[in-house]
Amino acid sequence: MKGFTLGQYYPGNSFIHRLDPRAKIILGILAIVCTFLCKTLFSFILLFALTLILAILSRIPLKILLRSLRPVLFILLFTSLVNIFMTKGENLLFEYWIFHVYEEGLWNALFMIVRITSLIVMTGIFLTYTTTPIALTDGLEQLLSPLKKLHIPVHDFAMMITIALRFIPTLAEETERIMNAQRARGVNFSSGGLFKRVRSLIPILIPLFVSAFNRAFDLANAMECRCYHGGEGRTRLNVLHYKAADFIAMILLLGIGIGLFFANRFTFGGMIR
Amino acid sequence: MDKLRLENVTYRYDVGTAFEQTALDDVTLSIEEGKITGIIGHTGSGKSTMMKLLNGLDHPAEGKVYLDGVDLNADKKELLSSSSLFEKYQNLSKSARKKAILSEYADFKKNLCFRVGLVMQYPEYQLFEETVEKDISFGPKNMGLSEEEIKKRVREAAMLTGVSEDLFEKSPFDLSGGQKRRVALAGVMAMKPEVLVLDEPAAGLDPRGRNNIFSSIVDYRNQTGSTVIIVSHSMEDMAKYCDRVVVMNHARVAMEGDRKEVFAHVGELSSMGLDIPEITRLAELLRERGLPLTDAIYTVEEATSALLSVFGKGGADR
Repeated sequence: MKGFTLGQYYPGNSFIHRLDPRAKIILGILAIVCTFLCKTLFSFILLFALTLILAILSRIPLKILLRSLRPVLFILLFTSLVNIFMTKGENLLFEYWIFHVYEEGLWNALFMIVRITSLIVMTGIFLTYTTTPIALTDGLEQLLSPLKKLHIPVHDFAMMITIALRFIPTLAEETERIMNAQRARGVNFSSGGLFKRVRSLIPILIPLFVSAFNRAFDLANAMECRCYHGGEGRTRLNVLHYKAADFIAMILLLGIGIGLFFANRFTFGGMIR
Repeated sequence: MDKLRLENVTYRYDVGTAFEQTALDDVTLSIEEGKITGIIGHTGSGKSTMMKLLNGLDHPAEGKVYLDGVDLNADKKELLSSSSLFEKYQNLSKSARKKAILSEYADFKKNLCFRVGLVMQYPEYQLFEETVEKDISFGPKNMGLSEEEIKKRVREAAMLTGVSEDLFEKSPFDLSGGQKRRVALAGVMAMKPEVLVLDEPAAGLDPRGRNNIFSSIVDYRNQTGSTVIIVSHSMEDMAKYCDRVVVMNHARVAMEGDRKEVFAHVGELSSMGLDIPEITRLAELLRERGLPLTDAIYTVEEATSALLSVFGKGGADR
C-alpha cells in the first residue's frame, strides 16, 4: 500500500493533461453522451477510433488504461451474455435447447462491449487519469458555483471533499502502520472465524479513530489560526483560466458528437450494421 | 553466530506503476547476536523498510533473510530440499521428514513476530486497550501464555521501561506522550523477543525521555541477552548506545563496523547528509590544536574523563 495513490492519476504532460479541469469535466460529460449516441456499426467504429486517438493523445500506457476495465469485467461479460441470448431478431444463427442466438444479438453484445469500454476509458482519460483529484474538485467547485445563488454551500462541499481526498492517503498509511504494529504483537488478521476476524479489527480501529479525531482537531485549529471562515470573499491560489485549447477541445468533441449522431444514418446494409 | 542475516536483499515499492522505487538494493548484512546494532541513514535511505523484512511483515523481492540460519520466506521446495531444517531431519524417512520440516517451519513462521519484536516509529499509536496493564499484556496474550506468566511479564516489562504500577489501571489515552511511548515499548518487551528492533525509538521526546527510553533498551539487552537493532538518524544516540553501526545510503549499505571505524569517515558521512556527534567533532578539533586526547570520544562523559586525564595530573600548572 506504500506510495498509495488515490484514484488513478498518471503523471504526465500531454495535451490532455494540460487542459483546464473544468473543460475536462465538460469533455468527460460530452464523451459519455457520445457513447450513448452510437447505434450502428459505422458509428461504433468511429467511437472506437475516437477512444484510440484519445488514448494516444493522453500518452498513458495502454496497459494502465485497460486496468481500469478490471472492475467492470463482470458487467461486460454479463451484459454481453444477456445480449447474445436474449435478443430476438430475424437472422437465427444457432439454436440449442432453449438457447437461440440471433445475428442481432451478437452485434448488440459487441456494441455493448465497445460502448462500456469507451465510456470507461474516455472518462478515465479526461478525468481520473490526467487530472489530480484536487484539480478535479477545484474544477467542480467552479463549475457548480452558480448554485451558490441558490444558497447551496458549494465551497464548503468542495472543501470537505478536498480535505477528505487529502487525508485518504494519510489514513491509509496510518492504517498500514497500525496494522503492522499490531501484527508485530501477534494479531492475525487472516485466520480464524468471522467473529475472531472482526475482533481482530478492534486493535486497528481504536487507534485509527483516536488519531483521526486528533488530526481533525489539529487541522481545524490550524485553519482557524489562519482565519479560515468559509468561502465568503476567499481568493484562490490556483486561479483557473480557460485557454484557447480548452475551447477548441470542447468544440471539437461537440462536433464529433453531432457527427456520431448523423453517422447512425450510414449503414453497411443491415438494420444496425 | 549471526542472529539475523540479509543476503542480497532487494525491495521495491509500487512495482509496475509510475511511482516504482527501489528501497533496498542488493543489501547484504549480518546482525551479531547479543549486540546493539544501529542502522543509520537519512530519510528514504531504506532503513525503515529493512526492519519490516526482519520479522516477516513483508518479504523482499529478491534475496533472503535468515533468522538463526532459517530462511524467513522459504518456499516449500527449498524447505524440503536444501534448508537448514532439511539437514536437521536428514536421517528421517522421506515422508516423515517432509512432515517434520513443514510443521516445524509453520511453527517458526507463527512465532516469528514474537521472536523478533518490532517497535515501530511512534509506537504510542498502537495503544488501544482500556487500561495500561491490558495493553502491555496484549502481546503476551496473543502468544498464548498462562495468566500467571502474563502478569509476571507485564510487571517485568513495566519495571524495565519505568512504567509505575499505579498507572496500570489508567487508560493509555490519558498518559503523557513520554509515558505512552514507554507503555508501547513495554508492550513489545513483554513478549521477550530474542531480537528487539526499534524504529526511531526516541523520536519527538525531550532529552530526559530519550535517555529513559535508551537506558531501558540497554537494560533489556543486559537482562535478557537479546539482540537489539536500533534504526535512527540521530548520530548522537547511535554513538552513545550502539556496539556496531551500519550506515545506509541510497538503498545500500554504505558503511559497516564498530562505531570507531564508522565515525572515522567524517567526510563521507557528511556527504550522505549525516553528521558525527558534536562532542566527537569537538574532540577532533581539540586534537588538531595539539591536545593529546584519546580517540573514540562519543559522549560528554567520555570527553570529560579524557579531558580530566589530560589535565588531571599536570592540570595545576594551567
